[in-house]
Amino acid sequence: MRVLYTSLKYLAVVLWSTFVIAPFLWAVSTSFKDFQSVTNGATYIPWVDFEPNLEGWRALWKSPAQGGVDIVEPFFNSVFVTASGSLISIVLGTLAAYALSRFTFKAGFIRNGDITFFFISQRIMPPVVLAIPFFIMLGKFSLLDTLAGLIIVYIVLLMPIAVWIMVDFFNKVPVEIDETALIDGCNPLQAFYKVVLPNSIPGIIVAGMFCMIFGWTDFFFSFILTFTEVQLLPVAIVALNSSITPWWSLSAAALVSVAPLVLVAFIVERYLSKGNLSGALK
Amino acid sequence: MNFKHKYLFLLPGLLVLLAILIFPIGFTVRLSLSSWDSFYPALDFIGIENYVRLFTDDARFWEAFGRLSLLSVTTVFLQYVIGFGLALIVWKEIAFQRFFRVLFLIPMMTTPVIMTVIWRTFFHESLGPVNDILSHFNLAPLWLSSETLSKFTVMIVEVWQWTPFMFLLLLAGLLSLPKEPFLAASIDGAGPIRTFVYVTFPLMAPISIGAIIIRLIEASKIMDTVYVLTSGGPGTATETSSFYIFIKGLREFQFGYSAALSLTYLIIMIISFTIIAKILVKLMVRGN
Repeated sequence: MRVLYTSLKYLAVVLWSTFVIAPFLWAVSTSFKDFQSVTNGATYIPWVDFEPNLEGWRALWKSPAQGGVDIVEPFFNSVFVTASGSLISIVLGTLAAYALSRFTFKAGFIRNGDITFFFISQRIMPPVVLAIPFFIMLGKFSLLDTLAGLIIVYIVLLMPIAVWIMVDFFNKVPVEIDETALIDGCNPLQAFYKVVLPNSIPGIIVAGMFCMIFGWTDFFFSFILTFTEVQLLPVAIVALNSSITPWWSLSAAALVSVAPLVLVAFIVERYLSKGNLSGALK
Repeated sequence: MNFKHKYLFLLPGLLVLLAILIFPIGFTVRLSLSSWDSFYPALDFIGIENYVRLFTDDARFWEAFGRLSLLSVTTVFLQYVIGFGLALIVWKEIAFQRFFRVLFLIPMMTTPVIMTVIWRTFFHESLGPVNDILSHFNLAPLWLSSETLSKFTVMIVEVWQWTPFMFLLLLAGLLSLPKEPFLAASIDGAGPIRTFVYVTFPLMAPISIGAIIIRLIEASKIMDTVYVLTSGGPGTATETSSFYIFIKGLREFQFGYSAALSLTYLIIMIISFTIIAKILVKLMVRGN
Protein backbone atom coordinates (compact mmCIF):
# COMPACT_ATOMS: atom_id res chain seq x y z
CA MET A 1 0.00 0.00 0.00
CA ARG A 2 2.71 2.42 1.06
CA VAL A 3 4.93 1.42 -1.89
CA LEU A 4 2.03 1.77 -4.30
CA TYR A 5 1.25 5.23 -2.95
CA THR A 6 4.87 6.39 -3.25
CA SER A 7 5.31 5.08 -6.78
CA LEU A 8 2.04 6.69 -7.90
CA LYS A 9 3.26 9.95 -6.39
CA TYR A 10 6.54 9.87 -8.28
CA LEU A 11 4.82 8.74 -11.48
CA ALA A 12 2.52 11.78 -11.29
CA VAL A 13 5.42 14.15 -10.63
CA VAL A 14 7.49 12.74 -13.50
CA LEU A 15 4.57 12.82 -15.95
CA TRP A 16 3.68 16.40 -15.12
CA SER A 17 7.34 17.49 -15.26
CA THR A 18 7.65 15.98 -18.73
CA PHE A 19 4.57 17.90 -19.84
CA VAL A 20 5.98 21.14 -18.36
CA ILE A 21 9.39 20.73 -19.97
CA ALA A 22 8.31 19.36 -23.37
CA PRO A 23 7.61 22.68 -25.17
CA PHE A 24 10.88 24.16 -23.86
CA LEU A 25 12.93 21.20 -25.07
CA TRP A 26 11.21 21.37 -28.44
CA ALA A 27 11.94 25.12 -28.68
CA VAL A 28 15.61 24.67 -27.74
CA SER A 29 16.01 21.93 -30.33
CA THR A 30 14.14 23.89 -33.01
CA SER A 31 16.21 27.03 -32.42
CA PHE A 32 19.31 25.22 -33.79
CA LYS A 33 17.61 23.94 -36.94
CA ASP A 34 17.51 25.30 -40.47
CA PHE A 35 14.92 25.22 -43.25
CA GLN A 36 15.83 21.66 -44.25
CA SER A 37 15.59 20.08 -40.82
CA VAL A 38 12.28 21.80 -40.05
CA THR A 39 10.43 21.02 -43.25
CA ASN A 40 11.48 17.39 -43.56
CA GLY A 41 9.33 16.40 -40.58
CA ALA A 42 9.96 16.46 -36.87
CA THR A 43 13.57 16.04 -35.73
CA TYR A 44 14.76 16.11 -32.16
CA ILE A 45 18.37 15.52 -31.25
CA PRO A 46 21.12 17.72 -32.72
CA TRP A 47 23.95 15.89 -34.53
CA VAL A 48 21.87 12.69 -34.53
CA ASP A 49 18.66 13.83 -36.24
CA PHE A 50 19.93 17.03 -37.83
CA GLU A 51 23.02 19.19 -38.22
CA PRO A 52 22.65 22.10 -35.75
CA ASN A 53 23.56 25.66 -36.68
CA LEU A 54 23.30 29.07 -35.06
CA GLU A 55 21.28 30.88 -37.76
CA GLY A 56 18.19 31.16 -35.56
CA TRP A 57 20.20 32.81 -32.81
CA ARG A 58 22.21 35.04 -35.13
CA ALA A 59 18.99 36.34 -36.70
CA LEU A 60 18.05 37.91 -33.37
CA TRP A 61 20.77 40.52 -33.78
CA LYS A 62 20.23 41.27 -37.45
CA SER A 63 17.83 43.89 -38.78
CA PRO A 64 14.82 42.66 -40.78
CA ALA A 65 16.50 44.06 -43.91
CA GLN A 66 19.29 41.50 -43.49
CA GLY A 67 16.74 38.72 -43.03
CA GLY A 68 16.88 38.96 -39.23
CA VAL A 69 14.20 39.47 -36.60
CA ASP A 70 15.47 42.45 -34.65
CA ILE A 71 14.19 41.77 -31.13
CA VAL A 72 16.79 43.86 -29.28
CA GLU A 73 14.77 47.06 -29.35
CA PRO A 74 11.43 45.35 -28.55
CA PHE A 75 13.19 43.61 -25.65
CA PHE A 76 14.29 46.88 -24.09
CA ASN A 77 10.92 48.50 -24.81
CA SER A 78 9.30 45.66 -22.91
CA VAL A 79 11.73 46.04 -20.03
CA PHE A 80 11.10 49.80 -19.88
CA VAL A 81 7.29 49.61 -20.04
CA THR A 82 7.06 46.72 -17.56
CA ALA A 83 9.48 48.35 -15.11
CA SER A 84 7.88 51.81 -15.25
CA GLY A 85 4.33 50.46 -15.09
CA SER A 86 5.24 48.19 -12.17
CA LEU A 87 7.10 50.91 -10.29
CA ILE A 88 4.29 53.47 -10.55
CA SER A 89 1.70 50.83 -9.65
CA ILE A 90 3.70 49.64 -6.64
CA VAL A 91 4.26 53.17 -5.29
CA LEU A 92 0.66 54.30 -5.72
CA GLY A 93 -0.73 50.88 -4.79
CA THR A 94 1.36 50.58 -1.61
CA LEU A 95 0.32 54.04 -0.42
CA ALA A 96 -3.34 53.32 -1.13
CA ALA A 97 -3.13 49.88 0.45
CA TYR A 98 -1.58 51.36 3.60
CA ALA A 99 -4.35 53.91 3.84
CA LEU A 100 -7.02 51.24 3.31
CA SER A 101 -5.45 48.96 5.89
CA ARG A 102 -4.89 51.57 8.64
CA PHE A 103 -7.35 54.44 8.34
CA THR A 104 -11.14 54.51 8.10
CA PHE A 105 -12.78 56.12 5.12
CA LYS A 106 -16.44 56.98 4.88
CA ALA A 107 -18.25 58.68 2.03
CA GLY A 108 -21.98 58.04 1.86
CA PHE A 109 -22.42 54.28 1.77
CA ILE A 110 -18.80 53.72 0.72
CA ARG A 111 -16.45 52.12 3.26
CA ASN A 112 -12.85 50.86 3.13
CA GLY A 113 -13.95 47.43 1.89
CA ASP A 114 -15.79 48.99 -1.04
CA ILE A 115 -12.76 51.04 -2.07
CA THR A 116 -10.51 47.98 -1.86
CA PHE A 117 -13.03 46.03 -3.92
CA PHE A 118 -13.11 48.83 -6.50
CA PHE A 119 -9.34 48.57 -6.92
CA ILE A 120 -9.25 44.78 -7.14
CA SER A 121 -12.37 44.44 -9.29
CA GLN A 122 -10.56 46.12 -12.17
CA ARG A 123 -9.06 42.69 -12.84
CA ILE A 124 -12.54 41.47 -13.87
CA MET A 125 -12.57 43.93 -16.76
CA PRO A 126 -11.82 42.02 -19.99
CA PRO A 127 -9.07 43.83 -21.92
CA VAL A 128 -11.22 43.85 -25.03
CA VAL A 129 -13.81 46.05 -23.26
CA LEU A 130 -11.20 48.74 -22.62
CA ALA A 131 -9.39 48.39 -25.94
CA ILE A 132 -11.59 50.58 -28.15
CA PRO A 133 -12.01 53.49 -25.69
CA PHE A 134 -8.30 53.37 -24.87
CA PHE A 135 -7.57 53.41 -28.57
CA ILE A 136 -9.69 56.54 -29.03
CA MET A 137 -8.53 58.21 -25.80
CA LEU A 138 -4.81 57.71 -26.47
CA GLY A 139 -5.38 58.89 -30.03
CA LYS A 140 -6.87 62.14 -28.69
CA PHE A 141 -3.76 62.82 -26.60
CA SER A 142 -1.38 61.67 -29.38
CA LEU A 143 -0.23 58.82 -27.16
CA LEU A 144 -0.99 56.00 -29.56
CA ASP A 145 2.11 54.05 -30.55
CA THR A 146 4.20 55.55 -27.72
CA LEU A 147 5.80 54.03 -24.63
CA ALA A 148 4.07 56.60 -22.41
CA GLY A 149 0.64 55.51 -23.69
CA LEU A 150 1.40 51.89 -22.88
CA ILE A 151 2.65 52.74 -19.40
CA ILE A 152 -0.65 54.53 -18.65
CA VAL A 153 -2.56 51.43 -19.70
CA TYR A 154 -0.26 49.14 -17.71
CA ILE A 155 -1.05 51.12 -14.55
CA VAL A 156 -4.70 50.06 -14.87
CA LEU A 157 -3.56 46.50 -15.41
CA LEU A 158 -1.08 46.33 -12.54
CA MET A 159 -2.27 48.62 -9.76
CA PRO A 160 -5.14 46.27 -8.80
CA ILE A 161 -2.57 43.50 -8.26
CA ALA A 162 -0.35 45.76 -6.14
CA VAL A 163 -3.29 46.90 -3.99
CA TRP A 164 -4.62 43.35 -3.62
CA ILE A 165 -1.32 41.95 -2.34
CA MET A 166 -0.33 44.95 -0.23
CA VAL A 167 -3.68 45.36 1.61
CA ASP A 168 -3.44 41.75 2.77
CA PHE A 169 0.19 42.27 3.66
CA PHE A 170 -0.40 45.43 5.73
CA ASN A 171 -3.31 43.73 7.47
CA LYS A 172 -0.76 41.18 8.73
CA VAL A 173 1.77 43.81 9.89
CA PRO A 174 0.85 44.56 13.52
CA VAL A 175 -0.52 48.07 14.11
CA GLU A 176 1.71 48.24 17.21
CA ILE A 177 4.68 48.94 14.91
CA ASP A 178 3.04 52.13 13.69
CA GLU A 179 1.87 53.07 17.19
CA THR A 180 5.33 52.69 18.73
CA ALA A 181 6.74 54.97 16.05
CA LEU A 182 4.00 57.53 16.71
CA ILE A 183 4.70 57.46 20.45
CA ASP A 184 8.38 58.00 19.70
CA GLY A 185 7.40 61.31 18.14
CA CYS A 186 7.12 60.50 14.46
CA ASN A 187 4.22 61.96 12.52
CA PRO A 188 2.25 59.38 10.53
CA LEU A 189 4.12 60.17 7.32
CA GLN A 190 7.46 59.55 9.01
CA ALA A 191 6.10 56.48 10.74
CA PHE A 192 5.15 55.12 7.35
CA TYR A 193 8.43 55.56 5.53
CA LYS A 194 10.82 55.11 8.46
CA VAL A 195 9.19 52.17 10.21
CA VAL A 196 6.37 50.54 8.25
CA LEU A 197 8.01 50.61 4.83
CA PRO A 198 11.26 48.88 5.87
CA ASN A 199 9.12 46.16 7.50
CA SER A 200 7.12 45.70 4.31
CA ILE A 201 9.94 44.82 1.94
CA PRO A 202 8.86 41.14 1.55
CA GLY A 203 5.33 42.21 0.63
CA ILE A 204 6.59 44.82 -1.81
CA ILE A 205 8.86 42.26 -3.46
CA VAL A 206 5.99 39.80 -3.87
CA ALA A 207 3.75 42.54 -5.28
CA GLY A 208 6.59 43.66 -7.55
CA MET A 209 7.09 40.14 -8.87
CA PHE A 210 3.43 39.75 -9.70
CA CYS A 211 3.32 43.15 -11.41
CA MET A 212 6.36 42.16 -13.44
CA ILE A 213 4.82 38.83 -14.45
CA PHE A 214 1.51 40.33 -15.55
CA GLY A 215 3.21 43.29 -17.24
CA TRP A 216 5.86 41.30 -19.07
CA THR A 217 3.40 38.69 -20.29
CA ASP A 218 0.71 41.08 -21.53
CA PHE A 219 0.11 40.99 -25.24
CA PHE A 220 -3.27 42.40 -26.08
CA PHE A 221 -2.81 46.08 -25.21
CA SER A 222 0.54 46.51 -26.90
CA PHE A 223 -0.92 44.63 -29.86
CA ILE A 224 -3.83 47.08 -30.18
CA LEU A 225 -2.21 50.33 -29.11
CA THR A 226 1.13 50.29 -30.94
CA PHE A 227 1.91 49.93 -34.65
CA THR A 228 5.31 50.79 -36.06
CA GLU A 229 7.19 53.22 -33.81
CA VAL A 230 7.07 51.16 -30.66
CA GLN A 231 7.01 47.40 -30.52
CA LEU A 232 6.99 45.22 -27.42
CA LEU A 233 8.55 41.79 -27.34
CA PRO A 234 5.42 39.59 -27.44
CA VAL A 235 4.05 41.55 -30.40
CA ALA A 236 7.37 41.31 -32.23
CA ILE A 237 7.47 37.55 -31.74
CA VAL A 238 3.85 36.91 -32.65
CA ALA A 239 4.41 38.99 -35.79
CA LEU A 240 6.98 36.37 -36.83
CA ASN A 241 4.30 33.74 -36.52
CA SER A 242 2.14 35.20 -39.26
CA SER A 243 4.78 35.52 -41.96
CA ILE A 244 6.41 32.49 -43.60
CA THR A 245 7.43 31.16 -40.26
CA PRO A 246 11.17 30.87 -39.61
CA TRP A 247 10.68 28.36 -36.79
CA TRP A 248 14.35 28.48 -35.75
CA SER A 249 14.57 32.23 -35.06
CA LEU A 250 11.03 32.16 -33.68
CA SER A 251 12.10 29.56 -31.11
CA ALA A 252 15.29 31.43 -30.25
CA ALA A 253 13.37 34.69 -29.79
CA ALA A 254 10.74 32.95 -27.67
CA LEU A 255 13.40 31.47 -25.39
CA VAL A 256 15.07 34.87 -24.96
CA SER A 257 11.78 36.49 -24.00
CA VAL A 258 10.80 33.76 -21.59
CA ALA A 259 14.17 33.41 -19.83
CA PRO A 260 14.17 36.53 -17.58
CA LEU A 261 10.98 35.60 -15.78
CA VAL A 262 11.92 31.97 -15.34
CA LEU A 263 14.41 33.37 -12.82
CA VAL A 264 11.43 34.87 -10.99
CA ALA A 265 10.19 31.31 -10.41
CA PHE A 266 13.25 30.68 -8.24
CA ILE A 267 12.59 33.81 -6.15
CA VAL A 268 8.90 32.94 -5.76
CA GLU A 269 9.87 29.46 -4.58
CA ARG A 270 12.27 30.90 -1.98
CA TYR A 271 9.54 33.10 -0.56
CA LEU A 272 7.10 30.22 -0.66
CA SER A 273 9.44 27.90 1.26
CA LYS A 274 10.15 30.57 3.86
CA GLY A 275 6.41 31.01 4.37
CA ASN A 276 6.41 34.66 3.33
CA LEU A 277 3.95 34.16 0.50
CA SER A 278 1.12 32.60 2.44
CA GLY A 279 0.18 35.88 4.06
CA ALA A 280 0.63 37.93 0.96
CA LEU A 281 -1.42 35.70 -1.32
CA LYS A 282 -4.60 35.08 0.60
CA MET B 1 -6.09 54.86 14.06
CA ASN B 2 -6.89 58.11 12.34
CA PHE B 3 -4.96 60.88 10.78
CA LYS B 4 -6.06 64.03 9.00
CA HIS B 5 -3.71 63.58 6.06
CA LYS B 6 -4.87 60.02 5.42
CA TYR B 7 -6.12 61.07 1.98
CA LEU B 8 -2.51 61.78 0.97
CA PHE B 9 -2.02 58.01 1.00
CA LEU B 10 -5.24 56.92 -0.67
CA LEU B 11 -5.98 59.58 -3.23
CA PRO B 12 -2.97 59.45 -5.59
CA GLY B 13 -3.66 55.84 -6.51
CA LEU B 14 -7.43 56.13 -6.49
CA LEU B 15 -7.50 59.32 -8.58
CA VAL B 16 -5.03 57.98 -11.14
CA LEU B 17 -7.07 54.81 -11.58
CA LEU B 18 -10.35 56.74 -11.78
CA ALA B 19 -8.87 59.25 -14.23
CA ILE B 20 -7.70 56.49 -16.56
CA LEU B 21 -10.93 54.48 -16.26
CA ILE B 22 -13.79 56.98 -16.14
CA PHE B 23 -13.51 58.00 -19.75
CA PRO B 24 -13.27 54.48 -21.20
CA ILE B 25 -16.26 53.21 -19.25
CA GLY B 26 -18.43 56.28 -19.83
CA PHE B 27 -17.45 56.33 -23.46
CA THR B 28 -18.26 52.63 -23.92
CA VAL B 29 -21.75 53.19 -22.51
CA ARG B 30 -22.33 56.11 -24.87
CA LEU B 31 -20.79 54.28 -27.81
CA SER B 32 -23.08 51.30 -27.30
CA LEU B 33 -26.03 53.60 -28.04
CA SER B 34 -24.59 54.72 -31.36
CA SER B 35 -24.17 53.16 -34.78
CA TRP B 36 -20.49 54.15 -35.12
CA ASP B 37 -18.82 51.96 -37.73
CA SER B 38 -16.29 52.40 -40.52
CA PHE B 39 -18.93 53.68 -42.97
CA TYR B 40 -20.44 56.19 -40.58
CA PRO B 41 -17.84 57.10 -37.92
CA ALA B 42 -19.86 59.42 -35.70
CA LEU B 43 -21.45 59.39 -32.31
CA ASP B 44 -25.11 59.46 -33.29
CA PHE B 45 -27.90 58.21 -31.05
CA ILE B 46 -29.87 55.11 -32.01
CA GLY B 47 -31.23 54.15 -28.59
CA ILE B 48 -31.01 50.50 -27.65
CA GLU B 49 -30.99 49.19 -31.22
CA ASN B 50 -27.58 47.54 -30.72
CA TYR B 51 -28.85 45.69 -27.67
CA VAL B 52 -31.97 44.55 -29.50
CA ARG B 53 -29.78 43.16 -32.29
CA LEU B 54 -27.57 41.44 -29.74
CA PHE B 55 -30.42 39.68 -27.97
CA THR B 56 -32.53 38.82 -30.99
CA ASP B 57 -30.23 38.49 -33.96
CA ASP B 58 -26.74 37.38 -32.95
CA ALA B 59 -26.47 33.64 -32.42
CA ARG B 60 -22.70 33.84 -32.92
CA PHE B 61 -22.24 35.93 -29.77
CA TRP B 62 -24.20 33.48 -27.65
CA GLU B 63 -22.39 30.50 -29.18
CA ALA B 64 -19.07 32.17 -28.40
CA PHE B 65 -20.31 32.72 -24.87
CA GLY B 66 -21.33 29.08 -24.48
CA ARG B 67 -17.93 27.99 -25.78
CA LEU B 68 -16.19 30.36 -23.36
CA SER B 69 -18.17 28.91 -20.43
CA LEU B 70 -17.26 25.38 -21.47
CA LEU B 71 -13.59 26.24 -21.95
CA SER B 72 -13.14 28.22 -18.76
CA VAL B 73 -15.11 25.93 -16.44
CA THR B 74 -13.39 22.79 -17.77
CA THR B 75 -9.87 24.22 -17.72
CA VAL B 76 -10.24 25.80 -14.29
CA PHE B 77 -11.62 22.53 -12.92
CA LEU B 78 -8.66 20.60 -14.38
CA GLN B 79 -6.21 23.24 -13.11
CA TYR B 80 -7.72 22.99 -9.64
CA VAL B 81 -7.59 19.19 -9.47
CA ILE B 82 -4.07 18.92 -10.93
CA GLY B 83 -2.76 21.98 -9.06
CA PHE B 84 -4.14 20.68 -5.75
CA GLY B 85 -2.67 17.23 -6.40
CA LEU B 86 0.77 18.62 -7.22
CA ALA B 87 0.67 21.00 -4.26
CA LEU B 88 -0.19 18.11 -1.91
CA ILE B 89 2.68 16.03 -3.29
CA VAL B 90 5.43 18.65 -2.94
CA TRP B 91 3.98 19.95 0.33
CA LYS B 92 5.21 16.76 2.04
CA GLU B 93 8.70 15.27 1.93
CA ILE B 94 9.74 14.27 -1.57
CA ALA B 95 13.07 13.92 -3.32
CA PHE B 96 14.19 17.15 -5.04
CA GLN B 97 11.28 18.98 -3.36
CA ARG B 98 12.46 22.50 -4.17
CA PHE B 99 13.43 21.60 -7.73
CA PHE B 100 9.92 20.35 -8.44
CA ARG B 101 8.36 23.38 -6.77
CA VAL B 102 10.33 25.70 -9.08
CA LEU B 103 9.63 23.56 -12.13
CA PHE B 104 5.89 23.48 -11.47
CA LEU B 105 5.82 27.28 -11.20
CA ILE B 106 7.68 28.01 -14.43
CA PRO B 107 4.83 27.94 -17.02
CA MET B 108 2.96 30.81 -15.33
CA MET B 109 6.08 32.98 -15.65
CA THR B 110 6.13 32.59 -19.42
CA THR B 111 4.29 34.87 -21.81
CA PRO B 112 1.11 33.05 -22.92
CA VAL B 113 1.18 34.25 -26.53
CA ILE B 114 4.83 33.36 -26.95
CA MET B 115 4.43 29.87 -25.54
CA THR B 116 1.35 29.49 -27.72
CA VAL B 117 3.50 30.21 -30.76
CA ILE B 118 5.72 27.32 -29.62
CA TRP B 119 2.67 25.12 -28.97
CA ARG B 120 1.52 25.84 -32.50
CA THR B 121 4.71 24.33 -33.87
CA PHE B 122 4.43 21.53 -31.29
CA PHE B 123 0.95 20.57 -32.49
CA HIS B 124 1.73 21.25 -36.15
CA GLU B 125 -0.16 18.59 -38.05
CA SER B 126 2.62 17.49 -40.38
CA LEU B 127 5.89 18.89 -38.93
CA GLY B 128 5.24 18.81 -35.17
CA PRO B 129 6.61 16.26 -32.70
CA VAL B 130 3.21 15.16 -31.36
CA ASN B 131 1.99 13.85 -34.68
CA ASP B 132 5.45 12.51 -35.45
CA ILE B 133 5.25 10.28 -32.38
CA LEU B 134 1.61 9.39 -33.00
CA SER B 135 2.41 8.45 -36.60
CA HIS B 136 4.14 5.33 -35.24
CA PHE B 137 0.67 4.25 -34.14
CA ASN B 138 -0.79 5.31 -37.48
CA LEU B 139 -2.56 8.25 -35.93
CA ALA B 140 -2.60 11.78 -37.30
CA PRO B 141 -5.05 13.84 -35.27
CA LEU B 142 -5.88 17.31 -36.63
CA TRP B 143 -4.99 19.27 -33.49
CA LEU B 144 -5.62 22.68 -34.99
CA SER B 145 -8.03 22.15 -37.85
CA SER B 146 -10.63 19.76 -36.45
CA GLU B 147 -13.65 21.39 -34.86
CA THR B 148 -13.72 19.20 -31.76
CA LEU B 149 -10.02 18.63 -31.30
CA SER B 150 -9.03 22.30 -31.64
CA LYS B 151 -11.06 23.08 -28.50
CA PHE B 152 -9.18 20.32 -26.75
CA THR B 153 -5.84 21.76 -27.93
CA VAL B 154 -6.76 25.19 -26.54
CA MET B 155 -7.59 23.48 -23.24
CA ILE B 156 -4.24 21.66 -23.13
CA VAL B 157 -2.38 24.92 -23.63
CA GLU B 158 -4.49 26.71 -21.00
CA VAL B 159 -3.98 23.93 -18.46
CA TRP B 160 -0.22 23.96 -19.09
CA GLN B 161 -0.06 27.73 -18.69
CA TRP B 162 -2.22 28.28 -15.64
CA THR B 163 -2.13 25.14 -13.47
CA PRO B 164 1.02 26.66 -11.86
CA PHE B 165 -1.00 29.65 -10.65
CA MET B 166 -3.49 27.34 -8.95
CA PHE B 167 -0.56 25.30 -7.62
CA LEU B 168 1.09 28.44 -6.19
CA LEU B 169 -2.03 29.67 -4.39
CA LEU B 170 -2.85 26.22 -3.02
CA LEU B 171 0.72 25.41 -1.92
CA ALA B 172 0.99 28.80 -0.20
CA GLY B 173 -2.30 27.92 1.51
CA LEU B 174 -1.14 24.44 2.55
CA LEU B 175 2.09 25.85 3.99
CA SER B 176 0.14 28.32 6.10
CA LEU B 177 -2.18 25.71 7.66
CA PRO B 178 -1.96 25.16 11.44
CA LYS B 179 -0.29 21.88 12.53
CA GLU B 180 -2.64 20.89 15.38
CA PRO B 181 -5.53 19.44 13.32
CA PHE B 182 -3.09 17.13 11.52
CA LEU B 183 -1.58 15.98 14.82
CA ALA B 184 -5.05 15.29 16.16
CA ALA B 185 -5.93 13.32 13.02
CA SER B 186 -2.81 11.19 13.22
CA ILE B 187 -3.41 10.49 16.93
CA ASP B 188 -6.91 9.32 15.98
CA GLY B 189 -5.21 6.96 13.50
CA ALA B 190 -6.58 8.56 10.32
CA GLY B 191 -4.91 7.45 7.06
CA PRO B 192 -3.90 9.85 4.29
CA ILE B 193 -7.26 9.69 2.53
CA ARG B 194 -9.32 10.27 5.68
CA THR B 195 -6.97 13.08 6.73
CA PHE B 196 -7.46 14.74 3.36
CA VAL B 197 -11.26 14.41 3.37
CA TYR B 198 -11.82 15.46 6.96
CA VAL B 199 -8.93 17.83 7.69
CA THR B 200 -6.98 19.17 4.71
CA PHE B 201 -9.84 19.77 2.31
CA PRO B 202 -12.13 21.58 4.77
CA LEU B 203 -9.23 23.72 6.03
CA MET B 204 -8.35 24.58 2.44
CA ALA B 205 -11.94 25.41 1.43
CA PRO B 206 -11.66 29.21 1.73
CA ILE B 207 -8.35 29.26 -0.15
CA SER B 208 -9.72 26.90 -2.79
CA ILE B 209 -12.75 29.11 -3.36
CA GLY B 210 -10.54 32.19 -3.68
CA ALA B 211 -8.18 30.46 -6.10
CA ILE B 212 -11.00 29.08 -8.27
CA ILE B 213 -12.71 32.47 -8.50
CA ILE B 214 -9.45 34.26 -9.40
CA ARG B 215 -8.72 31.71 -12.10
CA LEU B 216 -12.30 31.83 -13.45
CA ILE B 217 -12.05 35.60 -13.73
CA GLU B 218 -8.77 35.36 -15.62
CA ALA B 219 -9.98 32.44 -17.77
CA SER B 220 -13.11 34.35 -18.78
CA LYS B 221 -10.88 36.88 -20.54
CA ILE B 222 -9.12 34.26 -22.68
CA MET B 223 -8.37 35.46 -26.18
CA ASP B 224 -4.57 35.81 -26.71
CA THR B 225 -4.07 32.06 -26.78
CA VAL B 226 -6.99 31.56 -29.13
CA TYR B 227 -5.82 34.36 -31.40
CA VAL B 228 -2.36 32.85 -31.85
CA LEU B 229 -3.26 29.15 -31.76
CA THR B 230 -6.30 28.93 -34.00
CA SER B 231 -7.50 32.49 -34.72
CA GLY B 232 -10.87 31.29 -33.46
CA GLY B 233 -11.01 28.61 -36.10
CA PRO B 234 -11.60 26.35 -37.78
CA GLY B 235 -14.68 28.43 -38.66
CA THR B 236 -15.79 29.66 -35.26
CA ALA B 237 -14.96 26.41 -33.40
CA THR B 238 -12.68 28.05 -30.82
CA GLU B 239 -14.04 31.60 -30.88
CA THR B 240 -14.56 32.98 -27.37
CA SER B 241 -16.56 36.05 -26.34
CA SER B 242 -13.51 38.31 -26.08
CA PHE B 243 -12.26 37.17 -29.45
CA TYR B 244 -15.65 37.72 -31.08
CA ILE B 245 -15.87 41.25 -29.64
CA PHE B 246 -12.33 41.86 -30.86
CA ILE B 247 -13.34 40.83 -34.39
CA LYS B 248 -16.48 42.99 -34.39
CA GLY B 249 -14.71 46.01 -32.92
CA LEU B 250 -11.15 46.01 -34.14
CA ARG B 251 -11.37 43.95 -37.33
CA GLU B 252 -14.78 45.00 -38.72
CA PHE B 253 -14.72 48.38 -36.93
CA GLN B 254 -18.33 48.16 -35.75
CA PHE B 255 -17.41 50.25 -32.71
CA GLY B 256 -20.98 50.95 -31.60
CA TYR B 257 -22.12 47.36 -31.76
CA SER B 258 -18.98 45.96 -30.15
CA ALA B 259 -19.41 48.41 -27.25
CA ALA B 260 -22.87 46.96 -26.66
CA LEU B 261 -21.38 43.45 -26.82
CA SER B 262 -18.64 44.45 -24.35
CA LEU B 263 -21.02 45.84 -21.76
CA THR B 264 -23.37 42.87 -22.02
CA TYR B 265 -20.43 40.49 -21.68
CA LEU B 266 -19.06 42.40 -18.68
CA ILE B 267 -22.44 42.42 -16.90
CA ILE B 268 -22.99 38.70 -17.56
CA MET B 269 -19.50 38.04 -16.17
CA ILE B 270 -20.10 40.01 -12.97
CA ILE B 271 -23.45 38.29 -12.38
CA SER B 272 -22.04 34.81 -13.06
CA PHE B 273 -19.05 35.31 -10.76
CA THR B 274 -21.34 36.42 -7.95
CA ILE B 275 -23.54 33.33 -8.43
CA ILE B 276 -20.57 30.95 -8.82
CA ALA B 277 -18.93 32.34 -5.67
CA LYS B 278 -22.17 31.73 -3.71
CA ILE B 279 -22.50 28.18 -5.06
CA LEU B 280 -18.86 27.36 -4.29
CA VAL B 281 -19.18 28.62 -0.73
CA LYS B 282 -22.28 26.42 -0.27
CA LEU B 283 -20.67 23.34 -1.80
CA MET B 284 -17.31 23.53 -0.11
CA VAL B 285 -18.01 25.03 3.27
CA ARG B 286 -21.49 23.88 4.25
CA GLY B 287 -20.85 20.34 3.01
CA ASN B 288 -18.42 19.89 5.87
